[in-house]
Amino acid sequence: MVRLITHNLLACHAKGCTQNNFPLQFKDVSIELKEQEVNSEFVKNFLPRLEWKALVNTARQLGDTSLPEELPDMVDDDFLKALHHVLFEIHVEEGAMVCPNCGHSYPISNGIPNMLLSEHEIG
Amino acid sequence: MSRPELVAPPEIYYGDTEATKYTNNTRIQQIQADMTYRALELLNMPPDEPALLLDIGCGSGLSGEILSEEGYEWVGLDVAPSMLEVALEREVEGDLFLQDIGQGLGFRPGSFDGAISISVIQWLLNAETSHPTSSPPHRLTRFFTTLHSALRNPSRAVLQFYPTSDDQIQLITSIAQKAGFGGGIVVDYPNSKKARKVFLCLFVGGGGGGQQQVPKGLEGDEVDGSRAKFEGRRERAAKSNKKRKEVKGKEWILRKKELYRQRGKESVPRDSKFTGRKRKPVF
Ligand SMILES: C[S@@+](CC[C@H](N)C(=O)[O-])C[C@H]1O[C@@H](n2cnc3c(N)ncnc32)[C@H](O)[C@@H]1O
Ligand SMILES: [Zn+2]
Repeated sequence: MVRLITHNLLACHAKGCTQNNFPLQFKDVSIELKEQEVNSEFVKNFLPRLEWKALVNTARQLGDTSLPEELPDMVDDDFLKALHHVLFEIHVEEGAMVCPNCGHSYPISNGIPNMLLSEHEIG
Repeated sequence: MSRPELVAPPEIYYGDTEATKYTNNTRIQQIQADMTYRALELLNMPPDEPALLLDIGCGSGLSGEILSEEGYEWVGLDVAPSMLEVALEREVEGDLFLQDIGQGLGFRPGSFDGAISISVIQWLLNAETSHPTSSPPHRLTRFFTTLHSALRNPSRAVLQFYPTSDDQIQLITSIAQKAGFGGGIVVDYPNSKKARKVFLCLFVGGGGGGQQQVPKGLEGDEVDGSRAKFEGRRERAAKSNKKRKEVKGKEWILRKKELYRQRGKESVPRDSKFTGRKRKPVF
């Protein structure tokens, strides 16, 4: 599974690809929703590490519009719940992630992204 | 018997047959579990705080399962598809990536609260890989540089590995230092041929936990020390994870509990207490 929490941390690592290499764009994905116990403490703790815009846009592309455009000043339970759902419960199982800069496509199969580079792409 | 990393590249050596054999071997399960607990101890994470860890060379999830038991979220990287497949079958809780760590990692700066790696980086010392144009020092440099950037400041990475010589330890340590890491080598049971274990204990910034010195290795006879220290955290984590486990399949729960029992945790609740949603059996 690729959960959005992990996707939000992932940038392209092909040779010379150091700018505009985030976020990777999902393509032709199939997703599964899987329940996971809410861990508010984790989510709160993780908040500063998120690239908010990227997360909101990615969630929208996958059909989840529950997150506000701007990170709210006050985080309440409803917000944390919505965020928890987006971060942990949307699992991308098939498809690909494409680098917005160099166009490298990282295929996802059985929920596992293939991050291997070919010889000329290794930094 | 020659070391696996001298036999074939990892993704070949750990093919379907070996991946299953490796994972089902109770002796291996035991050793990997012990080393994972010891790595966690050296990682020195703040107690009871949620954290996201990286499991470098996660294989079939023997090390990652312990991270879950301890209440950590984790991301696992491995270059062997067959090992990852076994991890999928075992329904491990981390996100898995097919990745050659010698090609470098692609995570944004400061992504992880810490990293462990159990019995993996000796593979990077070997030119016998599927990528003959990259020399071991080059691959090690790629790996350590990108790992350093993927970790938060301060934090630690603890990598247990099997060096075949002091030169190898020297090479790895110096490349890690050039990549920006502090820290150094911890050797447990240095005088025991069987129990001797080498841990590369790396610090980003001060290394966290208020303690900047490289921890001391264990001496004397092997004891089951690290595991015991984690009982507390695991119990608390298990408590907060209880709800989550209830929605898991019954087989999964039973298998987990069997695992706990094998590892000597007697106070696991009786089987009837948990009911799982219907799900495909694990084995
Ligand atoms: C002995 S297993 C350990 C697996 C797991 N950490 C455990 O404790 O059971 C070594 C693992 O390292 C992986 N490995 C070796 N070289 C690697 C590389 N260059 N990149 C990623 N994984 C690698 C192998 O595929 C194998 O799964
Ligand atoms: Zn790119």
